[in-house]
Amino acid sequence: MSTTAAVRVFLRRLPVDPLGTLLCAVGALALICLPFLVFKANRIVPGDPVDLAQVLAPAPLAAAALVLAAAGLCAVFAAGARLRLLAGLAGIVVIALVAAAGADVLTPAGNRVVRVAPGAGFWIALIAMALLATDAVTRMRPRPVVRVLALAVTVLVVLAVLAHGTFDQLSLMREYAAHADRFASELRRHLWLALGSLTAAVLVGLPVGVLCHRVPRLRSAVLSVLNLIQTIPAIALFSMLMAPLALLAAAVPLAARLGVRGIGAAPAAVALFLYALLPVVGNTVAGLRRVSPAAVEAARGMGMTAGQVLMSVELPLALPVILTGVRVALVQNIGLVTIAALIGGGGLGSFVFQGIGQTAIDLVLLGAIPIVALAFAAALLLDALIETLRRGAAP
Amino acid sequence: MALRAAALGVLVLFLLRPQWFAPLFTPLTQYGAPPIYDQGNLLELALAQLGTVLLAALASTVVGVGLGLFVTRAAGRAFLPLSRTLVDIGQTFPPVAVLAIAVPLVGFGEKPTLIALFAYGLLPIFENTIVGLRSCPPQVLEAARGMGMSPAQCLWSVELPLALPLILEGIRLSLVINVGTATIGSTVAARGLGEVIIAGLLSSNNAFILQGALLTGLMAILLYDALVGLERRVCRSVRID
Repeated sequence: MSTTAAVRVFLRRLPVDPLGTLLCAVGALALICLPFLVFKANRIVPGDPVDLAQVLAPAPLAAAALVLAAAGLCAVFAAGARLRLLAGLAGIVVIALVAAAGADVLTPAGNRVVRVAPGAGFWIALIAMALLATDAVTRMRPRPVVRVLALAVTVLVVLAVLAHGTFDQLSLMREYAAHADRFASELRRHLWLALGSLTAAVLVGLPVGVLCHRVPRLRSAVLSVLNLIQTIPAIALFSMLMAPLALLAAAVPLAARLGVRGIGAAPAAVALFLYALLPVVGNTVAGLRRVSPAAVEAARGMGMTAGQVLMSVELPLALPVILTGVRVALVQNIGLVTIAALIGGGGLGSFVFQGIGQTAIDLVLLGAIPIVALAFAAALLLDALIETLRRGAAP
Repeated sequence: MALRAAALGVLVLFLLRPQWFAPLFTPLTQYGAPPIYDQGNLLELALAQLGTVLLAALASTVVGVGLGLFVTRAAGRAFLPLSRTLVDIGQTFPPVAVLAIAVPLVGFGEKPTLIALFAYGLLPIFENTIVGLRSCPPQVLEAARGMGMSPAQCLWSVELPLALPLILEGIRLSLVINVGTATIGSTVAARGLGEVIIAGLLSSNNAFILQGALLTGLMAILLYDALVGLERRVCRSVRID
């Protein structure tokens, strides 16, 4: 009884961070027990774990271990968010560099068949370090401008490092090199589909939302139809639109000349537009409903016409809520474009489904990682914009 | 109510006697292709999909509510800021990406779908549990403590009942999203109605695509309705005046 009490008192005095301790323990266990790198004879076979001690020189390996140990100590004991952020970032850099160095040594010069892939230990340790950094950032509560700047710097650094070729021998970058000619065009196609359908949904959804706000009977009808659309599985909606669009293209030559076809991007764009309508319309209605009647009354009293009230009072006040809807729609769209690959619509999903077909995880990741990064960046940018607007509205 | 009964009727009838609906779907087929899915039993596929969804939802409920309880207790408070950020980040993950990454790890079939649905369904439940538990008014907690309740009693008979409506809403959201998402599982050979849609896609048979979509949509809507009803009933019994 008294010993446990003493231990408890000791632990309370010692500034141990429980989250940091957990992350440190998980990361260390993963690095010790799980393979850090995996050597594969080709891109499809499961590989053999690599013993790093036999691959890298002792000095750099010891230096890396030292940095990781220091990062772990910071995670457990350091209280300052900045120090913890630094520790997390240093950990990420070291883990990535060790993997790159190992891949450089293990890949025979000129061999394009063998793959050196990051193993489970690499991924878990990397995620632990990323969580440490994320937690520090969360605790620092950066302003929207700072968040956007940090995103821009991160993107630039990652692009510069990738362009420099540090990771060229790692399996993921080998897969990129094999598909480099298609990657840029699929990425463009992905963005174009996501943003194009969103723009159309905003152009249509905003007026529809205003109309629904004004006409209550219309509101429930429109919103239930849009809710219904959301329950249709994405694969089904994409494929169902193929037939009518093929008929349209056959019947109207102009539509065919504009690129409307049963197969390809057109049904995907229409489906994405339909999915994006609900968040846009729903949030326009919700945002307008939240505008205080007093503000509208005051504007009318100043002699504004209904149109002026809408444009210069109601819509600006509802803007943060409307943009929240746009954020939901954009993130959802970026994810759903992936499925367009199944109906020949292209986009990064074509790498994902090809990879699934060939059981080549590197190819899957080549599609999946950029999709996740795009969705994350889009959410961060729009969140920053919304927060800035909210702060401006309520000083 | 009548609409709901009709929807349920159509769903059950379609699953039990699909051939009765053949005349409706024949105009959608070309070159004498079968109007009703003939490579498997629709009822079996629907039940398989429902089973996958429910199993995943059960797992994400246990884990989501458990984690939500943990990060709102004194012992887990250090994990709260990060877990909220992770919920935000997690929602930007497309389910297809989760599915695709799970396949190489656990192989084709039911498992990657279960993992993707579990991971994707975890977020709304976890988030709503946290919001629900934290929205409990401090005065109520104070009063409960003043009555001599232990922290466990406080949690069991005050905080959880008050948070229950939001937790149930989270479970409903994740179930409905997952019924639709489960169809994507058929691209990695999980059994479900997605099979029907993909078969239609591969043989360009619009009748297959439409019936797969119709059945999945009906299941999602009925599940949504049933859970809304359940929530109303539960909320009525725990309302505090």
